[in-house]
Amino acid sequence: MSDTHSNTVAYVRDTMLPQTEPPLTEKGALKWLRENLFSGWLNTGLTLIALFIIWQALMAVGPWLLNSVWNAGSLRECRDILDGATGACFAVIVDRWHQLLFGFYPRHLYWRPVLALVLLFVALSPVLFPSLPRRLLTFTAIYPFLAYHLLWGGSVWLPIGAALGFVVGALAYIGLKRVNNLLAVFGAVLAPVLWWLVLAGPFDSTMSAVLPWGLEFVRSDRFGGFLISLVIGISGISLSLPLGILLALGRQSDMIFIKSVCVVFIEFIRGVPLITLLFTASLLLNFFLPPGTSFDLILRVIIMVTLFASAYMAEVVRGGLAALPKGQYEAADALGLDYWKAQRLIIMPQALKISIPGIVNTFIGLFKDTTLVVFIGLLDPIGLSNAIRASTDWNGIYWELFIFIGLLFFIFCFGMSRYSLYLERKLKRDHR
Amino acid sequence: MKKTVFVGTFAATALVAGLANAQSTLEQVIDRGELICGSNTGQVGFGAPDADGVWQGFDVGFCRAVAAAIFDDPMAVSFVPLTSQTRFSALASGEVDVLSRNTTWTFVRDVDLQFNFAGINYYDGQGFMVKSDLGVGSAMELDGATVCIETGTTTELNLADFFRVNGMSYEPVPVDTAAEAQQQYLAGACDVYTTDVSALASSRASFATPSDHTILPEVVSKEPLGPAVRHGDDNWYDIIKWTLMALVAAEELGVTSENVAELAEGSDVPEINRLLGVEGGFGAMLGLDNEWAARAIAAVGNYGELFANTIGDNSPIGLERGMNALFADGGMMYAMPFR
Amino acid sequence: MSSKTDPRQTASVPAKSSFTLSMLLYDQRYRSITIQIFALFVLMLGVAWLIDNVSSNLQLLGRTFGFGFLSQSAGYDINQRLIEYDSTMTHGRAALVGFLNTVVLAILGCILATVIGVVAGVLRLSSNWIVSRLVGFYVEIFRNIPTLIWILIFGAIMAEGMPAPSAFRGETPTAFMLFDAVAITNRGVFVPSILFATELGTVNLGLISPSLNWLLIIAVLLASFYAARALVSHANRVQNATGVRPTTWWKILALIFVPISVVFIALGAHLQLPELRGFNFAGGLHLRNSFIAMWLGLGIYTGAFIAEIVRGGILAISKGQTEAAYALGLQPGRTMRLVILPQALRVIIPPLISQYLNLTKNTSLGLAVGYMDLRSTLGGITINQTGRELEGMMLLMLIYLALSLTISALMNVYNNRVKLKER
Repeated sequence: MSDTHSNTVAYVRDTMLPQTEPPLTEKGALKWLRENLFSGWLNTGLTLIALFIIWQALMAVGPWLLNSVWNAGSLRECRDILDGATGACFAVIVDRWHQLLFGFYPRHLYWRPVLALVLLFVALSPVLFPSLPRRLLTFTAIYPFLAYHLLWGGSVWLPIGAALGFVVGALAYIGLKRVNNLLAVFGAVLAPVLWWLVLAGPFDSTMSAVLPWGLEFVRSDRFGGFLISLVIGISGISLSLPLGILLALGRQSDMIFIKSVCVVFIEFIRGVPLITLLFTASLLLNFFLPPGTSFDLILRVIIMVTLFASAYMAEVVRGGLAALPKGQYEAADALGLDYWKAQRLIIMPQALKISIPGIVNTFIGLFKDTTLVVFIGLLDPIGLSNAIRASTDWNGIYWELFIFIGLLFFIFCFGMSRYSLYLERKLKRDHR
Repeated sequence: MKKTVFVGTFAATALVAGLANAQSTLEQVIDRGELICGSNTGQVGFGAPDADGVWQGFDVGFCRAVAAAIFDDPMAVSFVPLTSQTRFSALASGEVDVLSRNTTWTFVRDVDLQFNFAGINYYDGQGFMVKSDLGVGSAMELDGATVCIETGTTTELNLADFFRVNGMSYEPVPVDTAAEAQQQYLAGACDVYTTDVSALASSRASFATPSDHTILPEVVSKEPLGPAVRHGDDNWYDIIKWTLMALVAAEELGVTSENVAELAEGSDVPEINRLLGVEGGFGAMLGLDNEWAARAIAAVGNYGELFANTIGDNSPIGLERGMNALFADGGMMYAMPFR
Repeated sequence: MSSKTDPRQTASVPAKSSFTLSMLLYDQRYRSITIQIFALFVLMLGVAWLIDNVSSNLQLLGRTFGFGFLSQSAGYDINQRLIEYDSTMTHGRAALVGFLNTVVLAILGCILATVIGVVAGVLRLSSNWIVSRLVGFYVEIFRNIPTLIWILIFGAIMAEGMPAPSAFRGETPTAFMLFDAVAITNRGVFVPSILFATELGTVNLGLISPSLNWLLIIAVLLASFYAARALVSHANRVQNATGVRPTTWWKILALIFVPISVVFIALGAHLQLPELRGFNFAGGLHLRNSFIAMWLGLGIYTGAFIAEIVRGGILAISKGQTEAAYALGLQPGRTMRLVILPQALRVIIPPLISQYLNLTKNTSLGLAVGYMDLRSTLGGITINQTGRELEGMMLLMLIYLALSLTISALMNVYNNRVKLKER
């Protein structure tokens, strides 16, 4: 039957035809255009509207941006240079960028906040990229004290004394653990508190007298601009993490009293605007402290922001806990681990890993919310833009400052949200 | 009774600005090594940081004079920028030692909020600024106008009273800061910008073409501005009050920043001698040393010099002395006798 | 140590053993009680410490704690007021005006954000390259820049970018009203308002006295919607019973529009157009710059977040659902309405609630552009004029808390209705 064809059909093609070019409308840019932009009347309409919007935006902003002045000492000079034409006056950024970034931080010390920021990434890297050696975590633990010293300066013994408190606590725990477990926990809490209250002060003063090491002290009212946003945002989020974990655990606890306290706290904080908490920090905190006590406004704001963020953090961690399969809890129980061991070794490492995107998103939100400190008179970027506009040179400038501030926020937040997306995708892969 | 509060952070001891105690304000200031002065968040001429973050201005200059009187260093001041909303709480809570931020001396602030005003360093009044091409010549023609106003100030209350009493209507546009108010006014979002005449003048001076704007003749309120301290520390109140007096007295007596060093050697005018600490030992009575006033004057000049350098003839703002001239020159500035 | 936490172990331990004091610490059954009592003790101690501090601080400042300041005369004017108010009325009244402004802004903001968010969320999934990119740009740029900056920018656009009222004047005006009815100026937007020839008067509810006209209109509208819903469910019943759905669309339209039109005509409703008078436009409804800036700023900012939520919700529904619906012969529109949306809503609603809450809380940024909301009146000027920070802030927090809890309660009711009923 192999020759059937030869008998029935006169001619059979036994080679492939050479490929011909697809029709003009079915290839290249045209096809892409047709399929992506003009595939129907609705799509065509949308495309035209979108093009119109882009065109309008370009026409409105383009000439203004292209015609910008970068070198001038004041808005008046800018206007003279432009001579009636529309144009941006980015000279204000050139003139004042250091204020928008660092506030009134002494100019010769700019390397300190910059170094602190660079080291932050080093400290974060073992958390962000699990492939790095675990030993880097030691640096992460040291970092808060280092950053404090870099930013504020003063005697080097103060942060060392504070850090030693944790060492004392750990030593007390290890020492007392042989005697009694419960005692060890008490010791671990009590010993550092005693250290800080009683011994840290003398330690600081004696060591400073013996070895007066330290960087130049910078008062916190010299802080401003993005420096203040970053300091508040980063310390708020890192301090709120442990608090948030405790709140989340408390909310899941069987102990009805602990649970209700946590729920009330979380719902209260989430129910009021941040601005009222900031006003509490600036106007009311002094009412709640012993008469005559007051401490630094930035510290008060950090405390309030920490409380604020911890409520949101608690919800994020709770989500992480809920997402964990029940089997994990049961496996921990089956291994005979007690509550804290189970949390430390089994539950939290997994729950926190799931929560990282949520934590990053909370941080982005918090970082953006640090702009609200302008309402209590802290000179964050917006506050400084007001101060700059109040000077005789730059009175009347507006858009350039907001564009610069917005751009910086955008770069920062966009970067972080990309990272959080990357994490989410990675987590999805891990779970498959 | 020294109380310490465990703040729970490693930073506590360093960041704690003033731990509680029964120390007098002066002792606290000396211990701290600097004066903390509540200032404006940014008002040209009165108090604003320059490009290097150094605070400049009339109210700022007064704080520098106090710092010079205490420390012999006019730069030993840190300035806490306060909005009109946060200023009184900051003073009441002890966050600042003195509030020098164009604050009007009123009954409620003095009695109910419990502050002491150390005197008046600027006699002001609330006025209105309009664009010249609007063709308005009097505040009585403002019926139906849109008015930009800073919230949380006495001007807000005066404005409401003024329009109600005169049976006119208006549309208030409340704004948070002076910079914002100017922006709104320049953009035409309001017809009228109202605030203290001094601030109006300083704003007007900073506009691109000041002649396009008119400050209307009506002054609708009395706004005596002055530095304020908390109730409860009379010695501190005296220091602030008499530093102000010393600056005014120096102008009355012809003591300037140039000749103060020479006059402090001794002169044949007894009041100058008492002022500059050659006679009388007045500084010691305040808890300072006797050259306190001489140092304050050397640092910022007498009242007239301070005025001229920050908001008067020698500055871009160019305010007239007007009511703030010395009493002898037909104004209202008058120092109590140093005796 | 395992006996401490394992609950099942407790059940197996015989409960007979006599009680000793050490069991308070070591026995799982009693330890949690010990801890809780200890925590209660610490909490009470803390609260007592705070209250003690507050009272001694107040004493030191010579102040008393009380809300009497709310009945003092306020002395300041508020530009946007939904109820009658002038500067001679009390601080309490001013706070109420501010509260209503907050509520109006929150409601209108949520509506705007939802509309923008849903449209943008759907468009971002569009196959149209340029549209999805443009929407993506919108979402990213708004999500990553603080809302305060957006509010300020919109405020600046209104104040700087729009023509002054005087531009509408003269022989050759440089600006024109839209449809002769809407004037967009740098003082705000003036839109026509509805006036009635017949006023039915007002009812006095103590704090507020709403106009009877509007109450009647709302009542008629509610009744119409209720009737329309009854009609639809009737149609559903008929369809279930007979398989044939009666035509309802024109009946529904008639039910909704006819009664309300009758009421409007009976009351002699007419539009009042804004017109130039004196310094400014008069007549019509004046949407101030501060309101527009807040509304657009919050609405568009939150809309970007909602767009992401909507996109996520639609993407979360597996493609199989659409294919199954097509296989059943449902048309694309019905697939969307009957299959995709009900499922997507379940994913969308919970994060949507938190966005609504965020928006409501963000209305407190009003002061930045001078919007006289609760925070600017009670929490701003009133506190500043009376010096009652403690009472004012407490009141402010309580009101915001109540508002937040109300919104989440309402939305949770809705969420429970659309939620998947697990059986």
